[in-house]
Amino acid sequence: MYLKLVLATPWEVFLILLPILGGLFSFLLPKFNKAIGISTLILTLFFVVFIALKLRTQGAFYHLVGGWDAPLGINLYIDGLSLVMLGLTALIGVGASVYAGKYFTQTQSLWFWPIWLFLIAGINALFLSQDIFNFYVTLELIGLASAALTALSNTKEALTGAMRYLLVTLLGSLAYLLGVALLYHGFGSVDIAILSNTIESTPAAWAAMGLMSAGLLLKSALFPLHFWLPPAHASAPAPISAVLSALIIKASIYIQLRLWISLFFPLHNFYFEIFFAVLGSIAVLWGSVQALVQTRLKLLIAYSTVAQVGYLFLAFSLALGGVSVAWSALIYLMLSHALAKSALFLVAGNLLHFHGHDRIIDLDRIAQRLPLSTAAFALAGVSIIGLPLSGGFIGKWFLLEASLADNNWGITAVVLLGGLLAAGYIFKVLGFTFTKTTRTQKAQNIPLSMELVPLCLAIMAILTGFFATPLLSLIHIGNPFGNIGAAP
Amino acid sequence: MSTLFFYAVAGIGLFCTGLYTLIVQAHLLRKLLAINIMGSGVFLLLVSLSMRTAGTQPDPVPHAMVITGIVVAISATALALVFMIKIALKTGKAELSSLEEK
Repeated sequence: MYLKLVLATPWEVFLILLPILGGLFSFLLPKFNKAIGISTLILTLFFVVFIALKLRTQGAFYHLVGGWDAPLGINLYIDGLSLVMLGLTALIGVGASVYAGKYFTQTQSLWFWPIWLFLIAGINALFLSQDIFNFYVTLELIGLASAALTALSNTKEALTGAMRYLLVTLLGSLAYLLGVALLYHGFGSVDIAILSNTIESTPAAWAAMGLMSAGLLLKSALFPLHFWLPPAHASAPAPISAVLSALIIKASIYIQLRLWISLFFPLHNFYFEIFFAVLGSIAVLWGSVQALVQTRLKLLIAYSTVAQVGYLFLAFSLALGGVSVAWSALIYLMLSHALAKSALFLVAGNLLHFHGHDRIIDLDRIAQRLPLSTAAFALAGVSIIGLPLSGGFIGKWFLLEASLADNNWGITAVVLLGGLLAAGYIFKVLGFTFTKTTRTQKAQNIPLSMELVPLCLAIMAILTGFFATPLLSLIHIGNPFGNIGAAP
Repeated sequence: MSTLFFYAVAGIGLFCTGLYTLIVQAHLLRKLLAINIMGSGVFLLLVSLSMRTAGTQPDPVPHAMVITGIVVAISATALALVFMIKIALKTGKAELSSLEEK
């Protein structure tokens, strides 16, 4: 009976409501902002677990907000894909919150917590959305909140990085909104389920596809459009960099997925596959080489994100080609990259705090002095490189399988080469953690929680490799990939 | 119908003008204005296309969307203005180019 009550409660609404309330209260009661922030995120994690229970028993479901149905009202929709993204948000959110509790100064945390909780509300709302206009609104919420958070350290670099990021994200959203306008004019709805039934191959649909994809590619920083990412991600405070790279990039890729799976799939042809494959390949190689030559740790990790976005689009290209295992590759790469990359950025934050700089060659015997952080870096690196049994390995394995099934040797070569380059930049950093530098440097103590959080995230990135089967069955609840990607 | 079409074309024209200005102009205030012009173009297009078939009542949903869009545009502009002022105070000029020179 209690289980029934648990299942009947609309937990999904609280995923949006709670962080908003939390943000409000952390602003009104600045003395307790840390406690409010962390407990709000732990609560959302519990709610995600309840939603998972609900999903397992009754399958994918709609929540009609206010009881209004689709053409007029706004639906929330939950299937395996959105559940996994919500879970990821909650996990990384808790991690980053615990980390941020010790990271920020008193004045910074005054602004951090309200904006941070609004950001979480925006991300959760995005993953629950089911109409293309709601995607626009949530994208803007995320964009504004994350730009404000990027600028939090108030340095020249952070401000210019944030400004550039804000302009880019606004440009992307406007292109996306223009696409929404054209789709609404052409087909009279913004609900994805209704649109996917009525959409036809008209000039308006093609123009909308081009505009929306261009806007979202700009936001997800695929190769020639990645110029804004390294300055913004490298100059933001560590917990923000972690979330920017782990979740915000993924949010626009998630929208891209949703749109291509249901709306634009009938419009797709061979040239799009080539387009995404070529851009993805260049992104993997260019991003990895750029990461390899960086002398500062945070920039190295930021360029590694450019490369990892390339992998996602390689998988995307194969999935459009009809290889269903490529969807699993895509989701798995997203999951493991989010966990591993947030761990890397948090470790970079620790090192920056410890030494006051993040020059790689001046890392002074970090391995002995910060063993936990070094371990976290190494484990996350294992997943980024894609060494066996980590989450990254499973993702790359699926990707290789898909590329072989498609007889696409070019992608196979790029994936293998990208792995080698990733090993290059991870081991380059690890190599310098053991050496002693001649330069004398100050060293500040790192609170234990700031070392444990990245370690936990890195361990989770490895563990996702061990639980591939149950995770994949969870993702495929409600068949989010439709007939083009049946469960494996 | 042709009047509506004119508005829609004007909307797209504003969008393109804004896009061009955003790329070409270095001063942040001009970039911001360009973004706002692009936004106005999109809103104009949304409102003008709300009459989906001639002779019937216009569809109210795009109007609601435009209002939402305006709220978003105002908040974004406010945030960007704060950034711009802070950048101008720190670097002496309201431009982004200082980053490349470094």
